[in-house]
Amino acid sequence: MIESRPRDTISQRGKLIPMMIPEICGWIENTPVATAIRQSTWLFPAIETVHVLATVIVVGSVTMLDLRLLNLAWRDYSIGEIHEDVLPWSWTSFAVAAIAGSLLFSSSATKYYHNVPFRIKMVLLLLVGINAAVFELGTYRRVQNSREQTQIPALAKMAGALGLLLWIAVVACGRWIGFTK
Amino acid sequence: MIQSFCDWLSNTALSLTIQTVMWIIPAVQTVHILCVAIVMSCMAMLDLRLVGVAGRRQSIALVVSRFVPWVWGALPVLLASGTILIIGEPARELLNPYFRAKMVMLVTVTAITLVVQRQNKKDANYWESRRTAAAMAGLASLLLWVGIVTAGRWIAYY
Repeated sequence: MIESRPRDTISQRGKLIPMMIPEICGWIENTPVATAIRQSTWLFPAIETVHVLATVIVVGSVTMLDLRLLNLAWRDYSIGEIHEDVLPWSWTSFAVAAIAGSLLFSSSATKYYHNVPFRIKMVLLLLVGINAAVFELGTYRRVQNSREQTQIPALAKMAGALGLLLWIAVVACGRWIGFTK
Repeated sequence: MIQSFCDWLSNTALSLTIQTVMWIIPAVQTVHILCVAIVMSCMAMLDLRLVGVAGRRQSIALVVSRFVPWVWGALPVLLASGTILIIGEPARELLNPYFRAKMVMLVTVTAITLVVQRQNKKDANYWESRRTAAAMAGLASLLLWVGIVTAGRWIAYY
C-alpha cells in the first residue's frame, strides 16, 4: 500500500490539468463578455458574421497559393509574387477569425469543449499550422525565386495539397458544429 | 403565392430527401462556403486593385484576367448548392428578407463585375484612366460582397 503511494501522486498530478478544464470553461463562460454574448440576441450572429467573413478570406487567399503550388492556376504569376500579394491578408484575417472564434467559444465554453466536431477542428487547425510552418520555414525558400514555375518540387506540391485538404476539412467541421448540440 | 409554392416544394420527393438525410445540408453548405471563399478572395483582389490599395504591381487588366474567370467558375457551383439548400428548406429562404436582400445584392454585384470586365475587354486602359470610377466600382463591389456574406449568415437567424 505504502509503496503504491508515490505512483498515485504522480498519476494525480498528471490529471491535474485535465481536471481543471471544466472549471476553466466555467470561468470563461461567466466572464462578463461571454455572458453578454450568450444573453444578447444579436451579438452571437454579429460576431459569427465577422468570423465567417474572416474565414472566407483566409481560406480563399490560402487556396490561391495552394492552387499555384499545385500548378493548377496562375502559371504566369510567380509563387513569390502570389505569396507576397495574398499571404499578408491571410495572416490578418486569420487573427480576426481567431479572435471572433474565441469570443464565440467563450459564450458556451463547456458545450464547445465537449463538442466532437469542435475538437476535430482544433486538431485540424494545429495541423494547418504545422503544414504552414514547415512550408514557410523550409520549402518556400526553395520555390520563392524559381523562375521555372512549372517545375514545382514535390515538397511544395505536397504542402499545397495538404493545405487545400486541411482547410476544406476545417470548414466542414466548422459547419458541422452548427448542426450538433 | 410564394407560400403555396414553398408548401408544394417542401413536399416534393427531392425536398423530403434533403430534409431527412442529415448530412446533406451541412455538406452542401460546406461546398457553398468554400466557393464563397474563392469568389470573395478573387473579388477582393480585383476590388482592392480597382480602389488602388493593393496589388499595384499588376495592371487592372491583368488582375481582371487572372481572377474574374475563377468568379464565373465558382458562381454556378454557388447557384447549384444554393438551389439545393432552397429545395431543402424553401420557406426558410424564399420568405426570408435577408435572403431577398442577398439576391438583390448578388444581381447588382454581378452587373458591376460584368461592366468592369466588358469595359476592360474593349480597352485595357479603360479603368487605369478612370481612377475615380474604378475606385467607386471596386468599393461598391467589395461592400456588396461583405453584405452578401453577412445576409447569408443572418438568414439562419430570421
